[in-house]
Amino acid sequence: MAITTAQSPFRTDPLTGLRIDLTAQALVKTNAVLAVVFLLVGGLAGLLVALTRWPAVHLLPADLFYMALTAHGLVALVVWIVFFEMAVIYFCATSLLNCRLAAPKWAWAQVVLMTVGTAITTVAVLQGESSVMFSAYVPLAAAPHFYLGIILFAVGALIGCFVFWGTLVIAKEEKTYEGSLPLTVYGCMIAVVIAVFTLATGAVILIPAFLWSLGLIKSVDPMMYRVVFWGFGHSSQQINVTAHITIWYTVAGLAFGAKPMSEKVSRTAFLLYICFLQLGSTHHLLSDPGLSASWKIVNTSYMMYLAVLASLIHGLTVPGSIEVAQRRNGLDNGLFEWLRKCPWGNPVFSSTILSIIIFGFIGGISGVVMSVEQINMIIHNTIYVPGHFHGTVAGGTTLAFMGLTYYLVPVLFQRQLILKPLAAIQPWLFGGGMAVFAVALMGAGTLGVPRRHQDMTFAGQALAYDYGGMNQLLMAIGEIGGVISVVGGAAFILIIVGSILMGEPVPANAKCIVAPPADAGGHKKIGMGGFEAPGTFVLALTLFVCLVLYYFVNFKYLATLWPLT
Amino acid sequence: MGYSFTAPDKNWAREPIERTEILWIIIAGSWCLFMFVWMIAWHWIGNQNMNTEAYKTFTDVYAKKTEEFTKQYTVRQDASDPSLPVVAPPPGSDVYIAGSIFQWRPVLELQKGKSYRLHISSLDYVHGFSLQPENINFQAYPGYEQVITVTPNKAGTYGIVCNDYCGLGHHTMLGRIYVKE
Repeated sequence: MAITTAQSPFRTDPLTGLRIDLTAQALVKTNAVLAVVFLLVGGLAGLLVALTRWPAVHLLPADLFYMALTAHGLVALVVWIVFFEMAVIYFCATSLLNCRLAAPKWAWAQVVLMTVGTAITTVAVLQGESSVMFSAYVPLAAAPHFYLGIILFAVGALIGCFVFWGTLVIAKEEKTYEGSLPLTVYGCMIAVVIAVFTLATGAVILIPAFLWSLGLIKSVDPMMYRVVFWGFGHSSQQINVTAHITIWYTVAGLAFGAKPMSEKVSRTAFLLYICFLQLGSTHHLLSDPGLSASWKIVNTSYMMYLAVLASLIHGLTVPGSIEVAQRRNGLDNGLFEWLRKCPWGNPVFSSTILSIIIFGFIGGISGVVMSVEQINMIIHNTIYVPGHFHGTVAGGTTLAFMGLTYYLVPVLFQRQLILKPLAAIQPWLFGGGMAVFAVALMGAGTLGVPRRHQDMTFAGQALAYDYGGMNQLLMAIGEIGGVISVVGGAAFILIIVGSILMGEPVPANAKCIVAPPADAGGHKKIGMGGFEAPGTFVLALTLFVCLVLYYFVNFKYLATLWPLT
Repeated sequence: MGYSFTAPDKNWAREPIERTEILWIIIAGSWCLFMFVWMIAWHWIGNQNMNTEAYKTFTDVYAKKTEEFTKQYTVRQDASDPSLPVVAPPPGSDVYIAGSIFQWRPVLELQKGKSYRLHISSLDYVHGFSLQPENINFQAYPGYEQVITVTPNKAGTYGIVCNDYCGLGHHTMLGRIYVKE
């Protein structure tokens, strides 16, 4: 049965050769612009948080600090990212499948609901009665419209997911592509599967919290709330991981003409995400009462670390595919000629490679170690946790999204980038600052500094605990890194908004910017010692050694603590 | 011929896997398996594991238990804050500590090398129990009572910090444990 509606008009983009559905383009642009606006809001709130936790500055009083922290968590962790993801899934489903967008009116409903929801929750936070953090653990009560806004936002995002599914169905019915889905659309699909689970879980717990805040139900059990909430809160980050890995693969193709080293391996790794990634929500519950050790072990390890294995595979195959492409294009000398001669000044590439490095070495290693059932006891609720997830979400996801944005602004808005010298250093500012921030906070967290805390000096408290000079120093270094990355984020917004508003139009006869397929010349022999990607293999082994050492260092520390049974 | 973003060759499922990937999957997979086994093994070879003993309770019931425990074993008022009783329970006994906005009560005095059954719960919101400088951290809930057997292995003054947000005075929430030789 063919699904028939009026055909949307298309245009053929000169820069990429892609056939772009104009309705989808308008939606992608709207979602992306809203995303960048909210990145600005979230970034400013983050700056206020950083300047307060920098001990020497200690900017905000408690009420404003907790308000800013709540706003930063919601807007930077959820709103900016989900808006951007909507842009990505619409773009991939239409332009990469050569297909029109399903149900554009529903897609506009997604935009409206998510925007209205964000506005309502933001107002609730700014009114000051809802400084309950992103997680809003009951029985800490926020104003009813705080929950309502998040629920509307989630419903909007859910609609966006179904528009994506609908588009896949149309593409299949109308045979707009042959054979299997391209890997990057497949990756988006995996992200959307996880998103549907995530958003449904959010509804399961936020609707009762909303009804409770209205006084319609008497209470929500605090432990049930936390268990279900993290099915939403942590899983939303699993959407991001899947989305930004998809973007890594996409950029490797766009910038280097790379194809996956093995479709089979990459697709299986994505499939492992569907099966096991969600179990990681347990990471928040490892120090909670009453949950059995076997339940914790099975879940926190994503069933024998099968989702970690998937991430380790992507971490090899993406740079590996770049290495193979570079070698096929003639950069086949030594271990690292291909890497040295990468376009390090091109923000599309530098954002992506920094995202891979920061996500792997900082976010990834810390995530694996802190989610060990026992090690979690020395990390739970310390500032190590924000250190970790700034390595994954800011250094990983946000930076990957920035890289793709640099590529897509000329394609979708048909404007050239302005301030190119600033764009060349912007990923280094944002990524470098974020790396310093994450590592310093992980250090301070290992030494016990709490997260979500306005005054680690406990000024004026009778039982004040002294965290010592080392921790003050680590927090100062970390927050300086944070401020640098805010400067990098501001530069990004300036470049993108400036380019959209004032960039030179892309000429109609512009040259194609998609690198030619690297395997166009057939399969000549490349690499060393029977390895097609020996350089990447060495880099992967470096990551492996870091992970193993760091894992045992933490067990060594754990073993010195008070015996606990 | 193609990209990551174009439809793959028809026979993609039958293409051989290159050596770099195979070797990496073996190394990474073995390590994953090791970590899984090690986490289980630590329950036998390690001394730091979480007890899963816990009870559903009520905040008023737990408040009463903590109060009775405090009355029974109070030895003095704390020097830093005379309003706080210091409680020195006998080794091996059940020890109760309650978080509430914005305090961990009571202050405890324990003996080095002796074991205690430490009960942790909250009387109002969700709190974070963070023992410093050991850096041992647990989640404390109203209505749930967690029991952990602790054996202080160093003498000294330990702080208890609240490290999960519980309201605008969260950063003032503290407690203390003294460990005597």
